[in-house]
Amino acid sequence: MDDHAKRELSEKQKAYWAKNTRLIRTLLIIWALVSYGAAIVLAVPLHNIQFFGLPLAFWFAQQGSILVFIGLIWYYAKRLDALDQEFGAREVILTKDTGKEVSH
Amino acid sequence: MSVETLTLILVVLTFGIYIYIGWWAKAKDTSSFFVAGKGIPAVANGAAIAADWMSAASFISMAGLIAFMGYDGTIYLMGWTGGYVLLALLLAPYLRKFGRYTVPDFVGDRYYSNGVRAVAAIATIFISLTYVAGQMRGVGIVFSRYLQVDIVVGVLIGMAIVAFFAVLGGMKGITWTQVIQYFVLIIAYLIPAVAIALKLTGNPIPQLALTFSDIAQRLSTLQVELGLKEYLAPFQELSAINVFAVTLALMVGTAGLPHVITRFYTVKSVRAARWSALWAIVFIGLLYTTAPAIGVFAKYNLINSFQNQSLDQVRQEAWVSKWESTGLLKLEDKNNDGVLQLTSDNNTNEVTIDKDIIVLATPEVAQLSPFIIALVAAGGLAAALSTASGLLLAMSSAVSHDFYYRILRPDATEQQRLRVSRIMIFLSVLVAGYFGIYPPGFVGEVVAFAFGLAAASLFPAIFLGIFDQRMNREGAVAGILTGLIFTFVMILLMRSQQIFGTEQPILSSFLGINAQGIGVVGMVLNFVVAYFVSRATAAPPAEIQRMVEDIRTPDLADGQAS
Repeated sequence: MDDHAKRELSEKQKAYWAKNTRLIRTLLIIWALVSYGAAIVLAVPLHNIQFFGLPLAFWFAQQGSILVFIGLIWYYAKRLDALDQEFGAREVILTKDTGKEVSH
Repeated sequence: MSVETLTLILVVLTFGIYIYIGWWAKAKDTSSFFVAGKGIPAVANGAAIAADWMSAASFISMAGLIAFMGYDGTIYLMGWTGGYVLLALLLAPYLRKFGRYTVPDFVGDRYYSNGVRAVAAIATIFISLTYVAGQMRGVGIVFSRYLQVDIVVGVLIGMAIVAFFAVLGGMKGITWTQVIQYFVLIIAYLIPAVAIALKLTGNPIPQLALTFSDIAQRLSTLQVELGLKEYLAPFQELSAINVFAVTLALMVGTAGLPHVITRFYTVKSVRAARWSALWAIVFIGLLYTTAPAIGVFAKYNLINSFQNQSLDQVRQEAWVSKWESTGLLKLEDKNNDGVLQLTSDNNTNEVTIDKDIIVLATPEVAQLSPFIIALVAAGGLAAALSTASGLLLAMSSAVSHDFYYRILRPDATEQQRLRVSRIMIFLSVLVAGYFGIYPPGFVGEVVAFAFGLAAASLFPAIFLGIFDQRMNREGAVAGILTGLIFTFVMILLMRSQQIFGTEQPILSSFLGINAQGIGVVGMVLNFVVAYFVSRATAAPPAEIQRMVEDIRTPDLADGQAS
């Protein structure tokens, strides 16, 4: 592999990494806003807002936050699948007979 | 058929299945022993993580704990689920790409130091050991309550079962038994929850019943009338700063627990690691969103069964006399008026309810069939055994893989390594059983250690190892030691009553943060120290920096010709 190809590869990998970290940052901000924002820091004001049979703060603390966590992990897995496809990532999978990992 | 007979049949049946799977999944090499041959499908790994994660405490005690803490019970609900977001986004895919066997494998290689490897291995053993003692005890307790077997005999039976499938099958056997155990425990948890939700609200789905009915409001009002805490209002039990710190410590601690992280090595690919994190949170979330509903319904039901009821009439219910005999329920007619009163004052309160009763007695309180009661016993055993087996594997692989193979005998053959692993896991079962039979007096207290130490040591080291390419050995060592020592000393000082037997805790809190949340401060110190020390010392070697790049990104199709 010559120097040119090497640099090109790392540029592409840098772009992949930049997109990935940007996505992680956004999702972690939502994670913090829901769990620490809605259920703890804003618990007192949100206690006075009714969400069906429960105060909104209580709903976030004991139901909503967990649902949001599920949503965040789902979205990340889905977006990264798309990112892998966009960048033509080869998935590393184990083969039974050799026990070695190979690229597809 | 009596409840005892049904319980016995269900327990023997489920144990038979676990043993069969252990035999079926016999491990032939170290890869299948430590990481199940890296061939576990994402959904199965998710179920295994969920069973691994949800312990006897999650199954038996958590709903009751929440029922007594009210709003502030969120520290467990968010704390023990939110960590999976950190795992899925920050750790799991990269550790899978790294592709070895254990957590010390990663930190030892990434920081090119057997010293760091040894520290991580010791942390792994310590964290897993504090945890596993409680699991074995849980097995003994379920046996003694449901089958009237002595606790010691219960622990011994549990040890024999775990020893069989773990020694024979290693991670592969453990994984597939955990998948079955997840389904046993979740069914056992959901059926009584659905029944009590239906009975109280007419809505069979506990989560919806909690959100859309007015039971929670009624419980909250009822509690205020009785002089108890307002159930729905925040920060009645803990200060806001403590709810914040404990939740964060439990989340980060979860993401740093070795027996959970190791499970992500067992899947086929990086992509499968991401999806198995999703399945894990879905399976865990099912129980964790049900628990607060059970907490509200069962507590409302219990208060109404006792408050202003005649003592004689209450005692005619079979479940009341049964649970009174276990000591988990205490009824005393202190003012001799023949009627029970619940109050917030210990001198006049006539009903004392142990938190464990909330889940264990719900089927009986809701008058479900004996079959369901037997199922709850089998579920409790499944929860305890699945967590115990995951912890035992983490502990034994820290000794047999990290110490024996990576540090002491790198030239050991496959057969030698496999033999050492089997011996170590067998010894771990014996140690865990010993602590189950003779639990240290402060076993409940040391769980704060497990999460605090994981948050303050392992999580920052792994996170920085992936996201900070410039992080070097010096920074990591300084950070880990600072975090570990600070957290360790703080917990010792704050829990000195239970650990050293002092009259008062030597230190009541640190900046208002209690022992459960102190790992957060240790984690912040770890990050800060690691950053400054690493920037003041030489960058890591080029091959380590290349390794970090390799972990971060997949092979791209038009790039390398690998």
